[in-house]
This record gives sequence, structure tokens and C-alpha cells, in this order.
Amino acid sequence: MSENYIKTPKEICGLGHRMKRKEDARFIQGKGRYIDDIVLPGTLYMDIVRSPYAYAKILSINSEKALAIPGVLAVITGKDLEAYNLHWMPTLMSDTQMVLPTDTVMYQAQEVAAVIATDKYIAADAVLAVDVEYEPMKPVIDPHKALDADAPVLRSDKEGKTDNHIWHWEAGDRTATDTAFANAEVVVKEQIYTPRIHVVSIETCGCVADFDKVEGKLTLYMTTQAPHAIRTVLALVAGHVGLSEEKIRVISPDIGGGFGGKVPVYPGYVIATAASVLIGKPVKWIEDRMENLQADSFARDYHMTCELAATKEGKIQALRIKTLADHGYTDAAANPSKFPAGMFSICTGSYDYDTAFTEMDAVYTNKPPGGVAYRCSFRVTEAVHAIERMVDRLAQEIGKDPAQLRFENFINKDQFPYQSALGWEYDSGDYHQALEKAMEIISYDELRKEQAEKRANGELMGIGISSFTEIVGAGPSKHFDILGIKMFDSAEIRVHPTGKAIARFGTKSQGQGHETTYAQIIAQELGIPAEHIQVEEGDTDTAPYGLGTYASRSTPTAGAAAVIAARKLRDKAKKIAAHLLEVSEEDLEWEPGKFSVKGAPDKAKTIQEIVFAAYTNHPQGMEAGFEAVHYYDPPNLTFPFGSYICVVDIDKGTGQVKVRRFIAVDDCGTIINPMVVEGQIHGGLTQGLAPALYEELIYDEDGNILNGSLMDYLVPTAVESPSWETAHTVTPSPHHPIGAKGVGESPTVGAPPAIANAVVDALSHLGVTHIDIPITATKVWEILREKGVAE
Amino acid sequence: MHSITVTVNGQAYTKEVEARLLLVHFIRDVLALTGTHIGCDTSNCGACTILINGRSVKSCTQFAVQADGKEITTVEGMAGEALHPIQEGFKEEHGLQCGFCTPGMIMRASDLLSKNPNPSEEEIRWAISGNLCRCTGYNNIVKAIKYAASKMTEEVVES
Ligand code: FES
Ligand code: FES
Repeated sequence: MSENYIKTPKEICGLGHRMKRKEDARFIQGKGRYIDDIVLPGTLYMDIVRSPYAYAKILSINSEKALAIPGVLAVITGKDLEAYNLHWMPTLMSDTQMVLPTDTVMYQAQEVAAVIATDKYIAADAVLAVDVEYEPMKPVIDPHKALDADAPVLRSDKEGKTDNHIWHWEAGDRTATDTAFANAEVVVKEQIYTPRIHVVSIETCGCVADFDKVEGKLTLYMTTQAPHAIRTVLALVAGHVGLSEEKIRVISPDIGGGFGGKVPVYPGYVIATAASVLIGKPVKWIEDRMENLQADSFARDYHMTCELAATKEGKIQALRIKTLADHGYTDAAANPSKFPAGMFSICTGSYDYDTAFTEMDAVYTNKPPGGVAYRCSFRVTEAVHAIERMVDRLAQEIGKDPAQLRFENFINKDQFPYQSALGWEYDSGDYHQALEKAMEIISYDELRKEQAEKRANGELMGIGISSFTEIVGAGPSKHFDILGIKMFDSAEIRVHPTGKAIARFGTKSQGQGHETTYAQIIAQELGIPAEHIQVEEGDTDTAPYGLGTYASRSTPTAGAAAVIAARKLRDKAKKIAAHLLEVSEEDLEWEPGKFSVKGAPDKAKTIQEIVFAAYTNHPQGMEAGFEAVHYYDPPNLTFPFGSYICVVDIDKGTGQVKVRRFIAVDDCGTIINPMVVEGQIHGGLTQGLAPALYEELIYDEDGNILNGSLMDYLVPTAVESPSWETAHTVTPSPHHPIGAKGVGESPTVGAPPAIANAVVDALSHLGVTHIDIPITATKVWEILREKGVAE
Repeated sequence: MHSITVTVNGQAYTKEVEARLLLVHFIRDVLALTGTHIGCDTSNCGACTILINGRSVKSCTQFAVQADGKEITTVEGMAGEALHPIQEGFKEEHGLQCGFCTPGMIMRASDLLSKNPNPSEEEIRWAISGNLCRCTGYNNIVKAIKYAASKMTEEVVES
């Protein structure tokens, strides 16, 4: 489809142009407006008292000393909120979560009380002055023990709850899969853990709640990726205290990175809002990094038992995965309601076989709630890690090159649309081409030769492949909703008389560059220069309703809405042009920026002339003005894919893994702005490198977090991060109006198994078949020592 | 309270501050220069990087009183009539996404280029290793700094 696109001139800057970003001007000059930059007159500051224990009874909370500090206005506890029935709130998964506890704390760093003061330093002093008496209890930390008969029932607040089980979910055909495994020539099996990690957007979370007592209106500035959903949820949970939806305005200002961590509603937002409503003044809450890392939603934390059945030649026949999901003390994930494990059933991967079964049990533990995204919310990362590791495991088992094994099992490009064993309809793909391209760029055969030579010299070098299939763009409203709200998205375009436009969306950029790429989409369709299209998001009073930006859904949903809204306008433009040129519509042809009469190209009207006429000289019987809105409900999800190859060298003295080269070949369908797409891929790759080699939230048996600050939670710097190489293929989505698929999460999904496969490949001759990520130097060094090759 | 006089982006300010007030809060809250950001509480992220007497400093690691009598430059002070070449480099090479790390990166790059006008990729990577970016994967930040380096060298040659 992209090939059919008329390439617009640079002045219009439609699809495919490397347009420099419109949003950059403010960011490079320190003029961004992030949450902490918002200061309203009379602002009060909130700070939070947090639990030192993972599981404890609260015996008493004494606020006297705190309240005696000049400038401290209030100390809010769970009991205070209970009076308004606001001490619990629903999670996006229809579980429940404490806003503030009335009697028990469930994880270390949980909110226990909030102080409100005139200054943030005073608020911090007051936090230290609040006396809380706890009676610690033995927590449940290991999810494998959460279902033991003697495990305490953590959610005793739920009537009739007798264990720590949250839900069971399964997909596929259990019997057929068991039979396939029983009859298989080759079966490989691994325990694979995808660790608990944290998004660590460089901006933490926060809000400024501003309740206007006179108007009865709440304006909530908030670090949220989904402002409209937040407004509705607030109206639903706080309607009984007088917050009615038309009197709630959620504004999501510039966001300093989201990656999914800014989808959930954290207690801090709710307490600040309650405080502002009670006190009638603006209340600001900005969490610090340790609070962010220790208490905000985690991602991943899946313990997977993975098995692959195949012929002895390596033809994959069946997949079976059993997972234990650790959700912390409440299921606060952000999946569509019908999909408690998100899109985990994409785990059959890029391969053609018709038998699979996967089941999962989720449990409660005394850890922070989640799990949300880490640049992939819907559990695709876990699924891809499982299948891509297992395919390598199979190749190793039967002694076949992992690239060859993939080629022999890939779904062929003529098989699309492809019905996967677990029920998805993959819209399009060309997996062979992507892997061939990656192999060519990185000189795969040469690398294998080099590896053989190095191995003969006792050096450790590995090559890892990952050929992933993503599933994004949620989603068709038939299947996808969050708390009942369907996952469509929206665009509204208003073109002013002089031919300049403003476009508003239900999504919210957190760095993705929507102000530029949406403008390019509209420029392509309407021929109005992208530089004259102003894009706005994030204000629920002005933007059309939408479910926000996460899970790589903006381009597939709101991007498509922009296309359709623009096409509605182009239809109107055609009518006006016909009127102005006194010809019939059939006699007109479009090229970006103008309608001209077929065969008489001088007889033409530019889009600017047409729009002006819409306000000054519109045909009788036609509505004046030039605006359109569209709510786009996608017919299917989109299935971006790619092939990544990673080369690593391992230091035998330290166990350190060095990524020497990494090529990412991505296919996200039609590309709107190649510069922005490449940038997204670079960033996603570093966020794939992070859990592969460095990041994991670690708890001791008492539930103490052992790396709760950036001192010991290692976010990769420019030194750890290699120089990424990227390339692409283009297989447009057949059902998206411009063939685009979304790209934000692909690299985070695809990179970890490529890196893990490379490390295992480097050590495979020593009998190593699997290493759990993060593959730290210590882990590798211990393996080397055990195998007797450490130096 | 202590009286301090600090020159920020060429303008002198005299203010009464508490001894414990962090320099980053002084810049953001007292002077309302919000381009300098806060991303951590352990001096790891570099979002708060500024120049003090021309050298880059993480402004969350100093008290405002320590800046008494000093010259400070923040991101707001980088552009003159036109953008500073480093700012231009970030835009031209797509060295930013959410923009939260960007002011700190720009200030850090400024220090680097003043000491080493023509750094290698390796040198740039080490130089910015105290500044975290979660969005860009650093590729284009490196390019942005290289862009600035060559532009600034050209400017020196021209003058
Ligand atoms: S705020 Fe992170 S280093 Fe200063
Ligand atoms: S651009 Fe977002 S943290 Fe660097």
C-alpha cells in the first residue's frame, strides 16, 4: 500500500519524509511543560509516608508531631478516606487496590499516610514526624509458595477468599497438544523466567489536583498516558462525592517518558485529588525516584515452563507453556478486560504449526502491584522470549543452525492472513525476507566462521537471532475494552479559513513525536503542509475521546482515525472544488494539495482556496466550515515483525558480556517518518538490552527491595548501550487505511531473546542450554567457573 | 536563612535561602527556570545538569548556598539569537524523544566540547555516561553531539 502512495513534495511533508520534529523547539530550550513545571497560585505540596514492612498490621498512626510543624495542614490516613468510602479503588483489571490502608500494609513502600504542607521541604519533614506503629507479619514473597496450604491468605479483605490464587487462564487445545508431545520425536523443555522490572521513565509520576470550589470543577494535571479513561474512572469511583464527569478536566501535559508506567492510577493521584477537594486548594504530588521504583507498577514477572515438540529434522509440531504470574498484592495490570494475560497467546511466534496450549495461574504476593508495561504492556515480550529461546533450544538439541531452523519453520508470505494455533489472524508478514536481510547486513556466514576459529582458540563469541511477531493496535471493539470502555481511538481535524489546521486526538504522546507524525498523516491526505497542522492531545475538555497511548496503538488506531477524518474532508473539498470550477466531481483528479480538471491541469483549485471557500463561498445546501471527526474501530490488530541478530563477546576473566554488533530489521508496515521510526527502534533496543543484561527488581525473603534506587538498579547508560544498526522491510497492513502497524514496542520485545540467544550460543559448546535474563556478569562468571573455563 | 548572590544565564539574583535548599530546587522553584529537570534522588540520572563557572555539575548534588558568587548556565541560557549548535544538533539528529533528559544532556555536552572539541564516539559515550536517557537508546544523542562538534569547530575556523 505504501508503494501506491503519492510521494508529497517536501513543502507538504506527507508520509515517508524525515521531517524534523515540531515538538523539539520547546524541549531543547528548556520550555517543555512537564508536570513538575506546573505551579498554580497557592499550591500545597503532598508527600507520602510509606511502609518499611512488606506485610504488617498497622497498630496506630500518630500525626500529632507532624501537625505541630508550622506549615503542615493535614495528615491523611486510610481512616480519613474511609469516611468517604475512598480508601479502596478498582484497578484496571477489576481487582481492588488500597488508596490508603486502614489496617494492613501489603508491600514495602506502600502508601500509609499523606501529609499536606505549604512547602515540599516541610512536607518531607512531616513525613518523618508521622509515627506509625506496625506489627510485622511473615510475608509471601516467593510466588511458588503463594499457593501452599500454609501460606497466609493475603487478600482476606475479599469475602470468601481462601487462597492467594487470582485467576487461571488458558488458550489452545490441551488434549491435542498433549498427544502431539507424547508422539513427538524430539521434545525440548526449559524453565524460563522473565524478571520483574521497572520502566524508569526519567520523569517520575505526579499530579497537580486543582479543585475549584465555586465552580465545583476539578482540573487534574497528571502524568497519564490515557487522560480520557482517567476522567471516566474518576467520575465512576468518585461520583458519590460529587465529581461529575463534565466537571472533571484531566490534562496530561508534556510527559517525560511513559512506556506503560503512566497508565495505572496510583494512590498518590487519588489522595492528592481528595486533598484538593477537601481543602479547596491546588495540591501537587511529585514522587521521587525511590518511590517510583519501589511502589509504582512493575512489569513482567512470569515464571514459564516452556516445551517445544518437533520432528528430528526440526519441524516444529507443538508448543506448551505453563506460567506462574506474580502480580503482587493486587492485579493492577492494564490489559484488555477479556485478556488477563494480555496477548500472551502470540507465543506460537513466527512459525507454522497448528497445535499449542498455554495456561497460566496468577497469584498474590507481598510485592507492589502490577504488572504493567515496560514498553510492552500486553505480555508480548514474555511470549516472544519464550518462543524465541525455545526455537534456539531446539536448534541446539538437533544440531541445526538456528537461522536455518527458523527458515524451515517460518509461516510463508503467501499464507497470510494466517490463522495461528492460538486463534489470532496475523494480517501480513514476510519473515524470510526480514531474516535474510539481517543475515546479509551482519555477514552471518562470516560470523559463524569467525566463531569457529575463536572457539578453537578458547575465546567466547556468540551469535543470537530473534525473529519475532508482534501484536499491537488494540483494538477491535468486539474483543477489546478496558473497564468496559471500547478500545477505539479518535481524531478531530479543524481547518481554519486560511488553510491552516488544528488536529486533536484521544491519544497522548510521551516522546513518540505525535505532533509531527500525525501532522504528516494529515498532510499526506489533505495536502496541507505538515508544518501548518498543529496537533494537540491530552486535554479532556478539548480532545475527542480515546483510550490513550500505550501498546503501540496510536498509529494503528488514532493514526487511522486521522486518515479517515482527513478523507472525509477531502470528499468535501472535492465537492467545493467542483462547485468553484463548475465541473462535475467525476471530472476532478487529486494530487496532494489540489484538485484539477482531468485533461486541463491549469484549471485547478488548491486545498487552501477550497478551504477558504468553505467559509466564504460554499455551495448552497452544503454545511459551511471545514472540520471532521472520526472514531476508528480497527477491524483487526496489526502484526509488526522483525528479525534481529546480535553478536556478543564474553570476557572469561569477568563474565562480562559485550554486545559487539546488533542489527535490527523491522517491518512496521508503511513508515510515516523514517527518522522517528529509527529513533523509536534505537530506544526500544536499549530497553531490550536492559532486562537482557542488567535490570531486575530483587526482593529478599522478608520482602525488602534490595535495589530500590538508581544506585543499584542499573539502567543502561551510553556506555552499556551499543551503537545500534537498523534496517527495514515494508509489508503494509492490509486493513489499516495507510498500511501502518505501529513500532514502539517491537524492539523491546525482539531484543532480549536475541541477546540471550547470543550468550547461550557463546557457551553452548560447554553444554549450556539456557540462562535466565538478566544475564549479569556474575551469572556468566559462575557458569564459566563451574565449567572450568573462567580465567 | 542565608543571602546568596548567583549569576544565572547572565543575570544576577540575590535571594534569601535555607541552608538545606538544593541548588536544583533554587533554580526551578525560586528562579522559575524549569528547563533543569529532576529524575532521581541519588545523583544518577543527570537530568539536573547545569554549568557552574563553565563546568557541568549535577545541581541536585549541591546546595544553593554553595553556588553563592558563582556563574551558572542552564539550558535556558544556551541559545542566543539563534539556537546553540548543540541544541541544533539535538533537533537535526533526532537526539531527543520525550525531552526530559535533553537539557541535562545538552549541558553535559557543552562541558565536553569545551574541553574536547572533537571527541570520538567512545569519548562522547563515556562523557555522557552520568546522564540517563530512557527513550533514544543514545545513538542519536551521540550523533547530535558530533553534529555540534563539527559545527562549532567550523565556526571557530570561520572566525
Ligand atoms: S536529579 Fe538525577 S542526577 Fe540530579
Ligand atoms: S528523550 Fe526521554 S529520557 Fe531522553
